[in-house]
Amino acid sequence: MSVENKVKGIIADQLEVGIDKLTLDTTFEDIDADSLDIVELVMALEEEFDLEISDQEIENIKTVGDIVRYIESKV
Amino acid sequence: MRRVVITGIGVMTPLGSDKNIFWNSLVNGKSGISKVESFDVSQYPSRIAGEIKEFDPTKCMEKREAKRVDRFTQLGVCAAIQAWHDAGLDHVQLNKEDVGVLVGSGIGGIQTTEEQLQILAEKGPRRVSPFLIPALIANMASGYISIMLGLRGPNSTVVTACASSTHAVGDAWHIIGRGDAEIMVAGGAEAAISHLAFSGFSSARALSTRNDEPERASRPFDLERDGFVMGEGSGIVILETLDHALKRDAHIYGEVIGYGMSGDAYHMTAPDPEGRGAFLCMQRALKSAGLSVEEIDYINAHGTSTEFNDKIETMAIKKLFKDHAYKLAVSSTKSMTGHLLGAAGAVELIATLLTMENGVIHPTINYENPDPECDLDYVPNKAREGDVKLALSNSFGFGGTNATLAVKKYQQ
Repeated sequence: MSVENKVKGIIADQLEVGIDKLTLDTTFEDIDADSLDIVELVMALEEEFDLEISDQEIENIKTVGDIVRYIESKV
Repeated sequence: MRRVVITGIGVMTPLGSDKNIFWNSLVNGKSGISKVESFDVSQYPSRIAGEIKEFDPTKCMEKREAKRVDRFTQLGVCAAIQAWHDAGLDHVQLNKEDVGVLVGSGIGGIQTTEEQLQILAEKGPRRVSPFLIPALIANMASGYISIMLGLRGPNSTVVTACASSTHAVGDAWHIIGRGDAEIMVAGGAEAAISHLAFSGFSSARALSTRNDEPERASRPFDLERDGFVMGEGSGIVILETLDHALKRDAHIYGEVIGYGMSGDAYHMTAPDPEGRGAFLCMQRALKSAGLSVEEIDYINAHGTSTEFNDKIETMAIKKLFKDHAYKLAVSSTKSMTGHLLGAAGAVELIATLLTMENGVIHPTINYENPDPECDLDYVPNKAREGDVKLALSNSFGFGGTNATLAVKKYQQ
């Protein structure tokens, strides 16, 4: 499975949104994710891709595409 | 003080999650106790409880919301929404700044605590959920109910063990009485059927071990009682000023007219051997209601099925009510629901209101072997007709904390 599909799957699962509603341009605001949701999502991503995302890096992440590009650059 | 009435009720209990099913079960003397199914109890001396089987929180909240909160909050929210509908408040123009929430819990989010402690041990601190703290804090039922219903009035909680929701209703009554709110959503929620709570109560030798006969295990006032049976659930009432209720032509279940509180100042878990705490809070409830002992028709007892509680509660009733103690009816809802800890008091208040409304007193089931020290009229095993106009509902908690509510059948 591509990184993009894996990321979308995790977001859909954690935030109970339809996977078909997620595009690379979807923002956290679009899916009503608050700061606690984002922390929880980051934990799931760290677990799945076996990496550590710092709080500073989290601040630069605004869209699904940002996550996918970030992860692709690390793995 | 302004007159305060109850105009809505909501229950989530092992006997049913609807006021009619709940009441019919009580009147028919049905037990809600069975073998624990939600987790592996094979290592425990007590393996029975009053579980709410097949509870689906997504019937009253979004799946994503349900995931964020502990089961006790889910139960509290579901009962609050029931009570809100029951009171007909979803069709009424309200100033929601005058509507508050006061929902107690004895323990709070213990299942979330347990789950996250496991993650901490296995995966380390970086994997502990950011929702741990908001999910476990005992005021989150009150918080989440206010979020869901948009209520900006007083918002608080009470954590007084098994007296939590009786205190919550009493304190909410005071809040309205003194003019700080027009309506209060009050009661309690508890979900402690899990490893941590079960092991703690087991070690304290508080739980019944009558595992082979779950339905006969909760037997308040019976000589063969051997401890309480844990239950889970929630009870929520809508308290409202009489003026407000009359203006909108609301159904009135009853009027709260008195509230007493006291402390045992004796022991962490054992009640005062002379029953002084129980005596004082019942006496104070009567005093605040302006009632004499002879006027009380019915007491919904704390009646836990522990050796100490039932003996000492009986002693306190006899000391306070003297001859009248033998004339009034006393029954224990816990004989059927098990002990819902911080939710028990509100569920039992609801049972008391339904008693007044239906003119039927629910029984204390499993009362088979009289205990010479428990010799009152406990309405053994069978419901009976009875016109209850004035009643007390008792709750006593670890820490020696006691609360009694006095309620009256509504009259203009």
